[in-house]
Amino acid sequence: MKRTFSIGGVHPSDSKISRECAITPLAIPGTVYISLSQHIGAPAKPVVAVGDKVKVGQVIAEPGGFVSAFIHSSVSGTVKSIGPRKDLAGNPQMTVEIAVEGDEWVETIDRTPDLVTAIPEDGKAIIEKIRLGGIVGLGGATFPTHVKLMPPPGSKCEMLIINGCECEPYLTSDYRTLLERGEEVVVGAALIAKALGGVPCTFGIEENKPEAIAHIREIIARLSASDKAYASISVMSLKKRYPQGGEKQLIDAVMRRQVGSGGLPISVGAVVQNVATALATYEAVQKGKPLFENSVTVTGECFPHQANVMVRVGTPLSFIIDSLGGIPEDAVKIISGGPMMGRAVANPDAATLKGTGALLFLTAAQTVRKEASACIRCGRCSDACPMGLEPFLLRKLALANDLEALEKNAVADCIECGCCLFSCPANIPLLDIIRLAKADVMKVMRARAAEAKAKAEAEKAAAEAKKSESNG
Amino acid sequence: MLKIVIWTVVTVTALGLVLALVLYLIAKRFRVEEDPRIDEVEKVMPGANCGGCGFAGCRAFAEATVKAASPDANFCPVGGNEVMAKVAAILGFEAKEKAPTVAVVRCNGTCDLRPKTNEYGGYASCKVKAALYSGDTGCSFGCLGCGDCVSACSFGAISMDPATGLPVVDEEKCTGCGACSKACPKGIIELRPKGPRGMKVYVSCLNRDKGPAAKKACAAACIGCGICAKTCTHDAITVEDNIAYIDALRCKLCRECEAMCPTGAIHGVGFPKPLDKEGIKERIRKRNEAAKAAAAAEVKKEDKA
Repeated sequence: MKRTFSIGGVHPSDSKISRECAITPLAIPGTVYISLSQHIGAPAKPVVAVGDKVKVGQVIAEPGGFVSAFIHSSVSGTVKSIGPRKDLAGNPQMTVEIAVEGDEWVETIDRTPDLVTAIPEDGKAIIEKIRLGGIVGLGGATFPTHVKLMPPPGSKCEMLIINGCECEPYLTSDYRTLLERGEEVVVGAALIAKALGGVPCTFGIEENKPEAIAHIREIIARLSASDKAYASISVMSLKKRYPQGGEKQLIDAVMRRQVGSGGLPISVGAVVQNVATALATYEAVQKGKPLFENSVTVTGECFPHQANVMVRVGTPLSFIIDSLGGIPEDAVKIISGGPMMGRAVANPDAATLKGTGALLFLTAAQTVRKEASACIRCGRCSDACPMGLEPFLLRKLALANDLEALEKNAVADCIECGCCLFSCPANIPLLDIIRLAKADVMKVMRARAAEAKAKAEAEKAAAEAKKSESNG
Repeated sequence: MLKIVIWTVVTVTALGLVLALVLYLIAKRFRVEEDPRIDEVEKVMPGANCGGCGFAGCRAFAEATVKAASPDANFCPVGGNEVMAKVAAILGFEAKEKAPTVAVVRCNGTCDLRPKTNEYGGYASCKVKAALYSGDTGCSFGCLGCGDCVSACSFGAISMDPATGLPVVDEEKCTGCGACSKACPKGIIELRPKGPRGMKVYVSCLNRDKGPAAKKACAAACIGCGICAKTCTHDAITVEDNIAYIDALRCKLCRECEAMCPTGAIHGVGFPKPLDKEGIKERIRKRNEAAKAAAAAEVKKEDKA
């Protein structure tokens, strides 16, 4: 019996129609637009000025806070402007515009194809190289990787899970990466495991990718024959179920441990990293190559030129689409990411980010929502919710704007996977409403936490003042 | 039979008397002393419980106002000066007159002026839409058109105009409570003084993009050119972040800015006569010429001296 997570989940159609398309590099556009908000956390601060010449892999922005990341130039050329530019949702973001001249890389990047399998002894040095490489979680959340690799004091990592589920329909870039660059991914995984203190590592891959599972098993067997560091890496074939690629779901499936409400994966001793993140880690640590390009699946039933392309960060989406034959006539919606969790592209002139994983074209029949009718309290949404929430109740509370009850019913645990919306027979836009309520509740919770912190600090300061007074 | 009836009446009456006594004693024992003025103030309030004053309802407003050190800080926008005068009489302070305000929609991106770039098929709520993207036109500041303001209004004063796709405020019904302004995720609705006989001039745009981008997104956008600020002789207009703003307290309703605005972003409403654009432009031209001549004469005088 193959494993999967214990509650909820749905089975959307697989639709991996681009699975046979090898990853090919896309041409470099004439101009790239590199956003300074490529990751969760504080936006990066630019360190270049207009008119500066930059090379491929050169730092153009440094972290703007603890949870933030370096950003490197993805092309060589001249900085044309630094200012607000509309992202794919049409909202202005600070962006560095670079006009491309040639393709000159920074000298420190090792561009040879040789595989470097030797794992450095020092885990701290690995984390530092990951930080300098501007690596962020490429599974979708773009959380700065180096932060995730430094567990808070008191918690201990027991296992690294490499997420190769790719449970979203249509997406195939992780699958292709496993097939084509499996060796580098495995070395990358070993590097991250070393950085976490030499923990064992498990690849979680869904059973609909048997070639990838066999390929990675073969690589691990081959590498562990010569180097012991690879012996503690294994592959687990998982039952296909959405959203298995969710961090907490994958931990449940692989380790049989449940992360509590509001908890982090590290609380049960797990760290999860995506396949593409492992590859980026390999490149940053062993080859000195920072994260400035990523593979993007361009797909959809109506799209004739299925492809997995390697694109430089900051390439306009319209450039990718045009190089692959333009927007198909019957497409009415472009989604950045998968159909379950991706975001609709309102502005095709927006540029790719580090975390851009796919461009999906959908026709009217596939995407236009049917009219919502009344809730019949069938409970399918509750059955489908992988976090054990009650979406119908959350919606009701959200419409009544009862933030207190929403918090009590753990709205903050929602991972926005869309299973509730997918399973609702009445087509009620559950997720749209719950997402907003979650944002409102999180705001209240954060404000309260900040207040409590300020109060505690004030008390501490007062106590210290008293102490020094009595001493003096 | 009669016995049963009598016994029933006697028991129920006795029970009633005993319970009444208990209630009386409890009421006496646990009596909460409350300022009687709270009840009095609550009586004169409109009773809409709209929350426009910032309190949970009329009773909460009454409590806060009675307790407040300076009752002037609180104002009931629905009842206006009339109610505040009554409240002041009860509490014994002098009510300061406040100019009545009204909600003003600061977006004029009608369907034909603001071409659509996207089609929205999601949940019809401005709040949801704003969380997803900037809106289905090139303007990321304008009205989203799902009518959150309409459902927020307890007075039926706002309705969506299907022809323009924008909300319309019925000034007769609007109480200036500000619920719509709070409901709008784009912050388009402003509370402005009603103006004499309802006359007011305002910039009906919030687009902070640079001129060409704003103009491309919407033909009626404020492009931040500053002509209005230069034209205004009352120092009422400021241009900041590519957007003009008219200070209602300084505006003398001369409508010169409205006539000069190249995009029609400035709106004058409530005026009895339509805007005489050419006449006003001629007036401004003559005034400028006169000023120039006067300046030249001044220079000549200085030269002679």
